[in-house]
Amino acid sequence: MKLRQIAHARTGDKGNTSSIALIAFDPADYPRLAREVTAERVGAHFGTLVAGEVTRYEVPSLGALNFVMRQALGGGVTRSLILDTHGKSLSSALLDLDLPDD
Amino acid sequence: MKTVRIGAGAGYAGDRIEPALELAEKGALDYLVFECLAERTIALAQQARRKNPAGGFDPLLGERLRAVLAPCRRAGTRIVTNMGAANPLAAAEQAAGIARELGFPGLRIAAVTGDDVVAAIAGSELAIEESGGPISALGDSLVSANAYIGAEPIAAALAEGADIVITGRAADPSLFVGPLVHGFGWSFDDWHRLGQATLIGHLLECAGQVTGGYFADPGFKDIAGLARLGFPIGEASEDGSVVVTKVEGSGGQVTPATCKEQILYELHDPARYLTPDVTADFSQARVTQIGPDRVRIEGASGRMRPEQLKVSLGIAEGFTGEGQISYAGPGARARGELALAIVRERLALTGVATSELRFDLIGVNALHGETLSARGGQEPYEVRARIAGRTANRAEAQRIGREVETLYTNGPAGGGGVTTSVREVLGVLSTYLPREQVVPAVHILES
Repeated sequence: MKLRQIAHARTGDKGNTSSIALIAFDPADYPRLAREVTAERVGAHFGTLVAGEVTRYEVPSLGALNFVMRQALGGGVTRSLILDTHGKSLSSALLDLDLPDD
Repeated sequence: MKTVRIGAGAGYAGDRIEPALELAEKGALDYLVFECLAERTIALAQQARRKNPAGGFDPLLGERLRAVLAPCRRAGTRIVTNMGAANPLAAAEQAAGIARELGFPGLRIAAVTGDDVVAAIAGSELAIEESGGPISALGDSLVSANAYIGAEPIAAALAEGADIVITGRAADPSLFVGPLVHGFGWSFDDWHRLGQATLIGHLLECAGQVTGGYFADPGFKDIAGLARLGFPIGEASEDGSVVVTKVEGSGGQVTPATCKEQILYELHDPARYLTPDVTADFSQARVTQIGPDRVRIEGASGRMRPEQLKVSLGIAEGFTGEGQISYAGPGARARGELALAIVRERLALTGVATSELRFDLIGVNALHGETLSARGGQEPYEVRARIAGRTANRAEAQRIGREVETLYTNGPAGGGGVTTSVREVLGVLSTYLPREQVVPAVHILES
């Protein structure tokens, strides 16, 4: 199954760093998110798109994880040659992640 | 318990105006805040001010004020905005003129200045955060330098009776923290309250992004009425909690999910969100639905503010040139790929000087690069070839689009819909200044 079945996401940008908040629709699914969606998996999912490190922050009170991805935006919104200069569409790519069935 | 009602009338410079009017007319607000200043916007505004010393503030200031001023006066709502951009004093003068024109003499309009630090730091050895190099190395390419100022001068202006407060580069949440501190009589060393107020500001600063805007995903997250999205109202309580809501009957929705997305928006470490006012901690925040389109948020806290203030540097970084052309039907992708290959060869053959080039097929791989795009697989019905490059000057940038346009008669079969563009690049970098070197000032004008 896809991550999209149990979580939603929003991307933000600061300079050349992209951050993606990943939030469980049902807080009961938070432990599963925390177990399956590691910084390593997210880094591998984005592959060549993210040149820098991926850091994960946990916010259990919101049933959420926050991923901070460095060197991910072609230099940042003001100078990037990428069509989506903010990287706004990256949240949709994260939700395409495959999860093992429970 | 005392409450302060604070609304967000804009989440960025070009935002819709009717939702702000709806808030002014029906929101029963104490404060209406317009956040209109992105990082790059202030560098653009500095360039505009150099061309016209009376300009350099938000070009929509007049339109927004003409829309909301009369209903705000009727409701006793005070206005706070960063639409002053690179010239808050000129913006305040325009606001005073509009107030007189609309029949409101005697309004007090405050301009907050002091964020512009370019004279103080140009040529200095301060380190640039991104590169580590000194500011002096930027030479003439340094267009602007604006420190993020906090809520203190905004609260001071309100204490002086300002009906409208116009700032330049203030931190976005500080536009809300100022009115909350003033409204509740909080203190600027009460870190816990400032952390809570910062979360309220952060929830509201992107306007429609907390009321269902930028959220809908049909079948997964459905939101009705986005064409007439209502902007948010924060009903802040003296205990630092807030209820986020919107005008009854407006479009959109306020739910725990819309609030959670906005709480985490653009954060790095949720336990350490730095603003000029406080080191805010949102990591224990909780959201509770307490009624239709009514969500309570509580649990934020704060610690001492950073000693240094972030300074946003605008840098002239040359130009980008771009061209696009579409292909459709059987073999569209192969013809799009051929188009990219031809332009790549042409740019080399004709010696177009670029420091960076990018070749995309929109509809195939333009957004997410090779790893993710490989997950797509199936043949698209149509593609759009896109070539973009970075150049030192405008003439060179124009040559990129021209090479795409010549694909009409020189390229693959069936290409159509060429567009070309050239853009001046204003990069944004950062540095930090000890806060005592940034001295905000409040100037009061009367209409």
